[in-house]
Amino acid sequence: MDPGLPTAGELATARDAGLCYHCGLPQRGGGHFSIEIDGVERALCCAGCQAVAQIIVDHGLTSYYRHRSALPAREDAVPPAVRGLGAYDVPAVERAVTRDAGNHVREAALMLSGITCAACVWLIEQRVTRMPGVLGIDINYATHRAQVRWDTHRARLATILEAIAALGYRASPYDRARAEHARASERDGALARLFVAGFGMMQVMMYLVPMYLTNGEMTADIEQLMRVASLMLTLPVVLYAAAPFFAGAWRDVRARHLGMDVPVALGIGAAFAASVAATLGRSGPVYYDSVTMFVFLLLAARYLEMTARARAAMTQEQLAQQAPSVAERYAVWPGSDLAEVVAAASLRVGDHLRVRPGALIPADGVVVDGVSEVDERLLTGESRPQPKRAGDAVTGGSLNVGNPLVMRVSRVGADTVLAGVLRLLDRAAGEKPRIARVADEVAQYFVLALLVTAAMVAAVWIQLDAARALWVTVAVLVVSCPCALSLATPTALAAASGALHAHGVLITRGNALEGLARATHFVFDKTGTLTTGIMRLAAVMPLRGAARDECLALAAALEAGSGHPIARALAAAAPESPRPRCSEVSSSAGSGVEAVVDGHRVRLGAPQFVAELHGQPLPGELESVADDLTAVALGDERGWIALFTLDDPLRLPARRVVLELVRMGKEVHLLSGDRPQIASHVAGALAIANVRGGATPRDKLDYVQNLQRGGAVVAMVGDGVNDVAGLAAAQVSIAMGCGTDIACSASDVILLAGRLDALLTAVRTAHRTLRVIRQNLTWAFAYNMIAVPLAACGYVTPLIAGAGMAASSLLVVANALRLLRPAPVHAGATPAVPAIDAR
Amino acid sequence: MEIVYLLVPLSLVLAFLIAGVFWWAIRRGQFDDLEGPAHRILMDDDRSGRG
Repeated sequence: MDPGLPTAGELATARDAGLCYHCGLPQRGGGHFSIEIDGVERALCCAGCQAVAQIIVDHGLTSYYRHRSALPAREDAVPPAVRGLGAYDVPAVERAVTRDAGNHVREAALMLSGITCAACVWLIEQRVTRMPGVLGIDINYATHRAQVRWDTHRARLATILEAIAALGYRASPYDRARAEHARASERDGALARLFVAGFGMMQVMMYLVPMYLTNGEMTADIEQLMRVASLMLTLPVVLYAAAPFFAGAWRDVRARHLGMDVPVALGIGAAFAASVAATLGRSGPVYYDSVTMFVFLLLAARYLEMTARARAAMTQEQLAQQAPSVAERYAVWPGSDLAEVVAAASLRVGDHLRVRPGALIPADGVVVDGVSEVDERLLTGESRPQPKRAGDAVTGGSLNVGNPLVMRVSRVGADTVLAGVLRLLDRAAGEKPRIARVADEVAQYFVLALLVTAAMVAAVWIQLDAARALWVTVAVLVVSCPCALSLATPTALAAASGALHAHGVLITRGNALEGLARATHFVFDKTGTLTTGIMRLAAVMPLRGAARDECLALAAALEAGSGHPIARALAAAAPESPRPRCSEVSSSAGSGVEAVVDGHRVRLGAPQFVAELHGQPLPGELESVADDLTAVALGDERGWIALFTLDDPLRLPARRVVLELVRMGKEVHLLSGDRPQIASHVAGALAIANVRGGATPRDKLDYVQNLQRGGAVVAMVGDGVNDVAGLAAAQVSIAMGCGTDIACSASDVILLAGRLDALLTAVRTAHRTLRVIRQNLTWAFAYNMIAVPLAACGYVTPLIAGAGMAASSLLVVANALRLLRPAPVHAGATPAVPAIDAR
Repeated sequence: MEIVYLLVPLSLVLAFLIAGVFWWAIRRGQFDDLEGPAHRILMDDDRSGRG
């Protein structure tokens, strides 16, 4: 921002036609850039100003233009790469594109362009982390997005953006339309480069054919003509198609960091320069064919990797696009049918909205009217539409496929489930997994070793055969480029996460996949994890000859006023027939209910509580049942009427999941806060050998830590609410995500839609991912072990070196891409698991 | 062999011409969607002709 307030005249001038409405500079765009602000079309000077102005307009901040007392920073004052960034200094703009994280801390999602490899990510991270006031930056290599947090007292968004720009990258607050645009132009550029390199390569080889065919009978003039023609074709390949390699190498050198672009650029540059010298000097060999082919194959590998990243990020992008932009809001509800269309961003908690069939649900909320079905596929992986009626919660971003609904908004903006899931996804991809970090470090030492080797080879060959020294050195540089090392690991991880998300598994931490594959012990919570967490009537044992339905009707009548899970289970099981009338209903907490029915005092509750009424002991054979299970007795002064047992039914896939885990060689444990008898009962039904019931949160923590002391890698599966301590202690925490808990979950893996069988998919995919990464690393090392000595001894021409290196890169990327396909699932392996029956 | 003196420059001109055409095609969005058109041909509604 300009120091000092500008005069009113200056501001007025800026608003005149002919000057940029946003920054006040003369328009240079020839009238290409303009934006409608408060109904008036305003001319702008450049794309940068337009983008900023668009943000201001989109966020309803146009009053900034009416109230501003200073123009944003003059663009002349900042280097071209930073142009437009100064606008983020304006507090209103900064607020609009960032998020308050409490305590003077703000957070923003940035879009980065210019990133070509994992090393760039490292570079930006290092630079930004060292800035005063920056609390952290996480960069997602797969999506080229970054999450940055800073202290508002000590840093500003604009300075962070400038620091990144000074490194030679472009950063801007993430905006979907612009991200789309940036990706499209990146892809177009890559395609054009690939074409130029490929076409140049073919044509250069064409000129080589007569040289081979004529066997040196060609006159020197014609040969020179061919060479010059080859030079003309190689020129655009080196200057245009290979430009990213030179730019990357230059950036690495400036940052004193060794990336894989350095040896590539050295190889291309040396081979091309020597060939040009040979052509102009009319002596010595030329290697235009090698240069063009090397560039082409390398670009092909990069293009493939880019496509893979795009595909892996697609689910995430789809989810982001699912964020609805408009809503229909009732001005008055209930009472009026008038609804106005408003921007989703302007919704407030408590608003009543109409959701038409086929429309996206604009925010999280509760249905107040209407019955419909809602497709939550992208959020939960659940492919069937879910029925919704008044009182049910609906999630923003899901699709209403049935009838019109009226809903009340309960959460908006960054608090919604959709925003939470997107944040988790960003965090996962932004955190660099240990395994990728190791690969990065190794690659850096690898490049150093490579450069030293190349220098030694050059020194030796100058002594032996000076004419061949240059070409042997080039071959060494090219053949051993560690692209396989740097590219393959992040590609594999991104592909696996993308595939898993499509199957209802959300990976929220970078290390989670590795942890899942290495886990030796799976510790399950019972309630809500292996079981559905909803009580159900298991059996009725009439004790006085009364009919089953009669007993149930009586019990349901007694519990009519209660919302206790047991009461609900009884009410759900009771027939619809008229229920006996009760009077003088009184409930005593923790033991049961008492009422007068047909002149008799009737009690329903714990067996001891009922026994107090009539003084008779429970029939002997039923006592063990009452001990083992959740049992509720019904009786009056004359004696027992009936005994009900309730259970918490197993989730359908629970048995198969446990069986498969054991088959994979994992040890399965059951750790429950429920009564030991019930825990053992469930463990017995699922054939789990290690069981511990009655565990307090403290016990759970001890249990997990005990296993870990024995060398176990523990994966804890819980419902994410009751087992926080255990989940935090385990190496990998897996939560059953149901509905709204997703957003606040701290676990590493979330099984969306509470699908337990997705756990198997996750474990299998994790194993495959690790296997693919190992294969790739093994291949990369084995290849170099063989290729480098051969090249150093002069057995490899630059042409073969280029082909070998690029083929190696292509191979590892293609291998990683296999992970995009889901793991093979054993069809028909789901045996129907009956609920635990109370005999 | 003198014809080569004409043919080689001619091939160069052709090469740059083709590169230009390709560049134009990229700019016009011919490569924006490489998968859609392949599916679109299957979705053609040509049943009406046969009843």
